Amino acid sequence: MKWKMLMIWLVLLAVGILAGKFLFKSKPTSTALTPVKLYEAQGGYTPGLAGADTALAGFKGEIIEVRNGDKIQDAVKKANPGDLIRVYPGSYRETVYIDKDDISFQGIIIEGEWPTLDGGKELNDGFLYSGNGIIIENFKIINYKGNGIMGQAGNNFVIRNNWVVDAGVYGIFPEFGKNGLVEHNVLSGIEDAAIYVGMCDNIDVLHNETYESVAGIEIENSRHCLVENNYTHNNTGGLLVFITPGLPIKTCFDIIVRNNFVVDNNLENFAAPGSIVSGIPQGTGILIMAADDVTLEGNIITGNNNAGITITDLTLVANVATDPESEPNPDRLVILDNFMSNNGNDPGGQLKALMATQMESKGPDIIHFGGGSGGCILDKNKYRTFGLEDYGQCQVRTSIAVKSYMLAEPVPPRDISAEEKGKLTFYGVCSGCHAYGIRMIGPPTRDLQAIYNNNPQGIVDYITNPIRRRENYPEMPPQNYLSEETRMAVAEYMLTVEK
Amino acid sequence: MRTARVITILAITIIAISPTVQSDSEQIILASHCPPGFELTDDNACKCRNMYQQYESLRGSGVGGLKTGLPAIRDGFSPQQIDLGRYLFFDPVLSVDGSLACSSCHDPNYGFSDGKGRAVGMDGAIVQRGAPSLWNVAFLQSLFWDARASTLEEQMQGPLYSAEEMGNTPAKLAATLNNIPAYRRLFADAFPSAQKDIRVQDVHTAITAFESSLVSLNSRYDHYAHGYHEALNENEIEGLNIFRSFVARCAECHTPPLFTNQQVAVLGTPEPDGLPLDQGAQKTYADPKFRAGFKVPSLRNVARTAPYMHSGTFETLKETVAFYTKGRGHAVPEGEDLKLHWHIWEPDLSDRELDRLVDFLETLTDEGFMPQIPQRLPSGLKPGLVRNENK
Repeated sequence: MKWKMLMIWLVLLAVGILAGKFLFKSKPTSTALTPVKLYEAQGGYTPGLAGADTALAGFKGEIIEVRNGDKIQDAVKKANPGDLIRVYPGSYRETVYIDKDDISFQGIIIEGEWPTLDGGKELNDGFLYSGNGIIIENFKIINYKGNGIMGQAGNNFVIRNNWVVDAGVYGIFPEFGKNGLVEHNVLSGIEDAAIYVGMCDNIDVLHNETYESVAGIEIENSRHCLVENNYTHNNTGGLLVFITPGLPIKTCFDIIVRNNFVVDNNLENFAAPGSIVSGIPQGTGILIMAADDVTLEGNIITGNNNAGITITDLTLVANVATDPESEPNPDRLVILDNFMSNNGNDPGGQLKALMATQMESKGPDIIHFGGGSGGCILDKNKYRTFGLEDYGQCQVRTSIAVKSYMLAEPVPPRDISAEEKGKLTFYGVCSGCHAYGIRMIGPPTRDLQAIYNNNPQGIVDYITNPIRRRENYPEMPPQNYLSEETRMAVAEYMLTVEK
Repeated sequence: MRTARVITILAITIIAISPTVQSDSEQIILASHCPPGFELTDDNACKCRNMYQQYESLRGSGVGGLKTGLPAIRDGFSPQQIDLGRYLFFDPVLSVDGSLACSSCHDPNYGFSDGKGRAVGMDGAIVQRGAPSLWNVAFLQSLFWDARASTLEEQMQGPLYSAEEMGNTPAKLAATLNNIPAYRRLFADAFPSAQKDIRVQDVHTAITAFESSLVSLNSRYDHYAHGYHEALNENEIEGLNIFRSFVARCAECHTPPLFTNQQVAVLGTPEPDGLPLDQGAQKTYADPKFRAGFKVPSLRNVARTAPYMHSGTFETLKETVAFYTKGRGHAVPEGEDLKLHWHIWEPDLSDRELDRLVDFLETLTDEGFMPQIPQRLPSGLKPGLVRNENK
C-alpha cells in the first residue's frame, strides 16, 4: 500500500517537473518583470522583484538580452540611459564596467540556474560602475580578486538579491554614493567586508545575509544609514560602524542599526596584513569606532565570543593612521532594547587583559573603551557591561519612526541650463585657442561671430569636422568628443560672448 | 669672509639687473583678458569655468568617480595680477643673485616640474625633494610634499627665502623690485589700490594668481569621463579599470576628478642611493605615525613629470606602478617601523596590468592651456628655465 502511494507520487512529480520545464523553457522572459525603480521602492519592505504591472508600465527603455556565450559588456556598450540589460543563466567571465547613467541589470534565474559572473581568480572586479541610477539584481558573483560590485560616485543605486561568494576584498562596495539601497543579498567568503558602505550618504542596508567573511557589514565614514533586518553570522566581526582616519570625507554619524541578527561571529581573522579590519578581534558582534549618533535597537546579539557590542575611540585599532581632522571619539551613542546573551565566552588579547583586572574571565555584552560622551542606554541592568558608567538613561524608547534613510526622490542631476553648459564648455575647452579680441592659437571669437552670425549650426558643423581654411592658422582639432547637445550649446554661447 | 660674500652677491645682483634700470622704453603691458579656462567677470575677476562644474560631489568633497565635481578652486584674481605673476614667475631677479626663477624648477617644458629627481637650488645645491608639478595647483588644500603649507602664498616663501633655494629675503626682494621702474609701473597696474612701493605680499599674490591659472582638465581621459567613450582605446580602458579596481586601488587615493584625495599617505618608497629615510609629514604634524608620509600628488600630466616620488627614486611610470606590487613594506629600511597606509598591500599585478596602468596614466596629459613664456622680462633678464648641464 505504502509503495503504491509512493509510486503514484513519483509519477506525479515527474510529470510536474516535465510540465514545469516545458512552461519555463517555452517563454522564460514572460515571467520576469523589470526591476523596481528606486522611488517605487520607498516605504519599507519591498520584494526582490516588482510584483505589479506598474513597474512594466513605467518602463520606457529598451530591453537588451544577454545569453550564455555573449558578453554583458557588449550590451553595456549598446545601452542608453533607461535601458534594461537582462542576463540569462550562464557563466560570464568579465569585468562589467558602467560609465553611463540609468542602466539596470537583471539576472534571470531559471530553475535555480543563475547568471554567474565568474572572475576565475584572475579578474579584479565583477561590476564596476560610476553612473547614477544603476540597478544590479539577481546575479551570482564568484571568484573575483577585488570586489563583487563596486560603485564609485553613482547616486540612486539599487543592489539587490545578489549572491556573492569569495569575490575578493569586498563583496558589495558602494563608495561616494548618495541615496542607495542594498537589500536581499547573500554574501560569504569575503576577506574584508562583505557589505561595505564607504563615504556614502542616505543608504539603506536591509535583509542581507553575510557570513564567513572578516566583516559582515561595515558602515564607514558615512551618514544617514539604516542597517535593518540583516543576518550577519560566523564572521570575525558582525557589524561595524566606524571612522577610518585619513580618508577625504571625515565623518560618520546618524546610523541606525536595528533588528539585525548578529550571531556567532567567531571566525579567525583572515584579512590582509595591514588592512584596517585585520585589527578586528575575532568574536566581535557589533563594533562602533569613533562614529557619532549611532542607534542600536532590537538587535539579537548572541554567541560572539569576544564581546557583544564594542564601542571605542580610534586608539583600539593600532594600525590606523592618525588624522588631525578626524574626531576620534564615539559620541551620543543610543543603546535601546536589544537581546543579548552568551557573548564574551572567550575574550582575546586586549580585552582579556582588561577583564582580568576585574577578576573576570568572560568578555562583556557591551564594552566602551576610551573617549566618547553623551551616550545613553535604555536598561543597563539587563546586560553585562563594562565602561558604561557615564551613560545616562535614554529618553527615547524607539527609533521606529525612521522607516528609511533613503530620499523621497532620487538625487537629481545638477540642474544646468543649455546656456551655462555652453559657457562651461566654451571656457573649459574653446578658450584654450580663442580669445575675444586677440589672436591666440585660433582666430579671435569676435571674427568668428561675424562669420557665423545667427548660424550656430554652422559652428557645430565646422567643429565636428574642421577643415583648414586659413593659411596662417593651424588646423583645428575636431571637437566630436563633445555631445551633439553640448556642441550646439557651446556654439550658441560662443555667439553671445562679449569680452 | 661673510661680508665678502654678501658684497659679491650684491655686485652680481647689480650687474644682473643693471640693463633694466636704464630702459623701460618698449613697455610691457599687462593683459586685460583672462588666461584660457577663465571668464572675465564685470568686476575684473577671472573665474574658472570648466566642464566638471556640471557635476556635484558628495558633501562638496571633490572626490568620487567620472562625473564628479572638483574641489573648490582658488580663483578670482584680475587678469593684470595673473599676467604680472607670469612675469615674476619666470624672472630670475626674484632670487638673491639673479640666477634662479620659480620656472627654473617649475618649467612649462617639463610639466611645470624640472625633470630631476631632486630640485637644484642655489649654486647647484641639490635639495631634499623633487619639484612638484604646478598644473591644477589651485585646487590643492595643502602644499609641499609634507603638506606643511596651506596656501600658495605661504608655500612660495619656502623656496623664495630659503638659503639653499632662491636665497632671497623679503626686504631684499622688495628693494630689488622697487629699483626696477617697469615693475613699479606694472605693480601699480595690477594693484591699483596699493601704496606707492612694491610690497612683498603683492609679489606673493601675483605669483599665486599666475600659478592658480594653470588648469589642465581636458585630457583624453576627461573626454571619456564626460561621456565620449571612444576617447580611450581598449588598452587604456583596461588600464582605467585596473586603476580603479580594488586590487590595484590607485583610485582610492588618486581619486578622480583631480586624481588626488589630498591626504597624506605613508607608502614606504625607497630613497635614491645613499640617502637616509625622509621623515616627511612626521615633522609637519609632530606625529611619528606620519613618518615618511607624503601628500598624495595629482596624477594629471604625470607622464610629463618623470622621475617620480618625493625624491625622484623611480625614473619611469612603469617602475613607479611596479613599486605597488612588490609587497607591503619591501623597501622600508631595517629598523624603521613605518605605519604604512592600509591600501599598500600585495595586489600581485601582472606585467601586462602594469603596462595597461601606464597606458591609462598617459591619457591624463593635457597642456592645452599652456601659458606663454615671456619674451622679455621687466628686469631685462632672461626667463629662468631648467638647465641641463649634462645635455
